[in-house]
Amino acid sequence: METEMTDRSGTPLVELRDISIAFGGIKAVDRVSVDLYPGEVVGVLGHNGAGKSTLIKCLSGAYQADSGEIFVNGEKAVIKNPRDARSYNIETIYQTLALADNLDAASNLFLGRELVTRLGFVDDAQMEAETRKIMYRLNPNFKNFASPVSALSGGQRQSVAIARAVYFNARILIMDEPTAALGPQETKMVGELIAELKRQGLGIFLISHDIHDVMELCDRISVMKNGQLVGTENVADVTDDDILGMIILGKKPERVA
Amino acid sequence: MSDSVSPPADPIKPRDGLLTRFLKATELDTRLIGMVGALALIWVGFHLYGALVNNFGAFLTPRNLWNLSVQTSSIGIMATGMVLVIVTRHIDLSVGSILGFCAVVMGMLQVYILPPILGLGHPMIWIIAVVAGMVTGACVGALQGALIAYLKIPAFIVTLGGLLVWRGTGFLIARGETISPVDPTFALLGGGPYGAIGATGSWIVGALACIGIVALSLNGRRQRRKFKFALRPVWADVFLAVLACGVAIGAVLLVNSYPWPKGIVRQYAQREGIKVPEEGIFISHGFAIPVLILITVGILMTILMNRTRFGRYVFAIGGNPEAAELAGINTRMMTVKIFAMMGFLAGLSAVVASARLNSATNALGTLDELYVIAAAVIGGTSLAGGIGTIYGAILGALVMQSLQTGMVLIGFDAAIQQVVVGSVLVLAVYLDILYRGKSK
Ligand SMILES: Nc1ncnc2c1ncn2[C@@H]1O[C@H](COP(=O)(O)OP(=O)(O)OP(=O)(O)O)[C@@H](O)[C@H]1O
Ligand SMILES: [Mg+2]
Repeated sequence: METEMTDRSGTPLVELRDISIAFGGIKAVDRVSVDLYPGEVVGVLGHNGAGKSTLIKCLSGAYQADSGEIFVNGEKAVIKNPRDARSYNIETIYQTLALADNLDAASNLFLGRELVTRLGFVDDAQMEAETRKIMYRLNPNFKNFASPVSALSGGQRQSVAIARAVYFNARILIMDEPTAALGPQETKMVGELIAELKRQGLGIFLISHDIHDVMELCDRISVMKNGQLVGTENVADVTDDDILGMIILGKKPERVA
Repeated sequence: MSDSVSPPADPIKPRDGLLTRFLKATELDTRLIGMVGALALIWVGFHLYGALVNNFGAFLTPRNLWNLSVQTSSIGIMATGMVLVIVTRHIDLSVGSILGFCAVVMGMLQVYILPPILGLGHPMIWIIAVVAGMVTGACVGALQGALIAYLKIPAFIVTLGGLLVWRGTGFLIARGETISPVDPTFALLGGGPYGAIGATGSWIVGALACIGIVALSLNGRRQRRKFKFALRPVWADVFLAVLACGVAIGAVLLVNSYPWPKGIVRQYAQREGIKVPEEGIFISHGFAIPVLILITVGILMTILMNRTRFGRYVFAIGGNPEAAELAGINTRMMTVKIFAMMGFLAGLSAVVASARLNSATNALGTLDELYVIAAAVIGGTSLAGGIGTIYGAILGALVMQSLQTGMVLIGFDAAIQQVVVGSVLVLAVYLDILYRGKSK
């Protein structure tokens, strides 16, 4: 699948500038800057513990950066908690999925944004119907609507987390290893979904360890190592080996000028 | 979207046995059946024991069961709140002490503070006292909740401290004295012959219950049909509705078959100028007011837990606190609210308990925390969090109170009662672990 070049002349959809955050003296993220344009997929890569999840959690409101700034549509954004992030139309699929195991798929999908009846009571039937609709689109094999998600397989749980992020018309989507537990067919469907969302003009941060996925789906990649940004490259300009070199050795590919 | 009717979660298979088919069709909770079974065992056991050893089975009599219903109220009201606390992976050891503290506050108000201001017997006295008691409980709970949520002190420690603090504060306020008598209208909230709604009132309650049951059943079918979800077989729905109505009507018959004692009838007849015939007059107690309070609390709390966002967030926090936070739920504020609600319910229980005794002492509610926690756990609230039902907790309260009442009836002394209650609590948690291990 050949991705079209995105237009990067306007203001970025999101810009993370000089983000730093430390946990007990360990600099998990150290002065990292990345940006994302509408209709663009930016891959965030790095070895385990490089700080990828921590970086995007600063954008999703799960963490607050110690220093650095976030801009959404060119304006400075204040994201103190996940609610703030949602108000900027930022949706996140967390690596841990962040599902309440004791609740069913519909309750998880609408958690924090329940549909209610005119009297203000949660409308479980309506929510289940909506969940059936979106799951039918994402993963037609998904049938398990009545059981708590603890009873679902890893892939099914991941489908629920993806459905939640996609359902609410995000403008900015963060996907932290969204296909780690999926089978080949489901992974392919997520790839198609990403391409479709991209066409609709969403900006997507995609964290993945699968270089082939990244080469296929992303426009640019940002590589992290030990909390620092190694560099950001256009996927079209680099090879698999260049990327591996960035990840493992932390060195930028040599330009043939 | 597919147009076909979606299958039920656990469809009936051809090789299922009769019992399995029945359970699947009715979607009855095996745990609920187990609890009812245990209750039946306790009731019949104590009755037979009395019949064989003391030559008198006192348990399965209208009088005892009516008293049992009243005694269950105070524990049951608090147990509904404890469900929320335990579901969110906390514990509240202070409920008994908060009850005592609130009772003292209400006692002081109606005996010493309000009468000089409003005049003795003023109709506002009991209302102000009740509201003050519940607000006091809610404030105490909110304070404890804030310590847990914002200062990150474990609930176990905060409420263990509260157990001593509120009991002690109650003692200081009342100077260790018993405050009595409470306002006469207030006293009705504790039950007793006048604090019950009589035969006609009870039939009205029973009829309303049946109407509610049928309406719920029909509405459930309508909802499932509207969204093309699988319907329960008609016979299963009818069976459940008939069973529930049967329980309601049975309860009415029971409370109506317990007459006022002769002395009260004579008093009443004298006041009303009625002549009492030779064989006496049969005046039914009917449902006691505290029981109606418990039922109302149970219904409201069930709606809160299953039909509101608040309840949904309680379960979500219990299932995965981090996920709840990431979903934008203000989990700290939720903790404050949950403990405030627990305190509020302890205040309401204080109303019932002190009204029943017609007095208030700071010792009221001693050891109640144990009964309340046991009730919630026996009723299926998992200490691991995330799981629990209101009706289960109320049934659990009934089990605990049945044990207690039964032991008193057959003459076990207090020490044995403590041994039994403590053991039952531990056993209940163990059974819960076994049950969950199996159903996983
Ligand atoms: N809440 C936390 N408390 C303490 N340390 C943390 C916390 N979150 C992350 N870290 C540390 O920050 C570093 C970066 O972790 P992070 O989860 O961002 O890595 P990652 O790039 O997402 O790795 P992976 O590919 O395994 O998902 C790690 O050293 C980790 O131990
Ligand atoms: Mg990660």
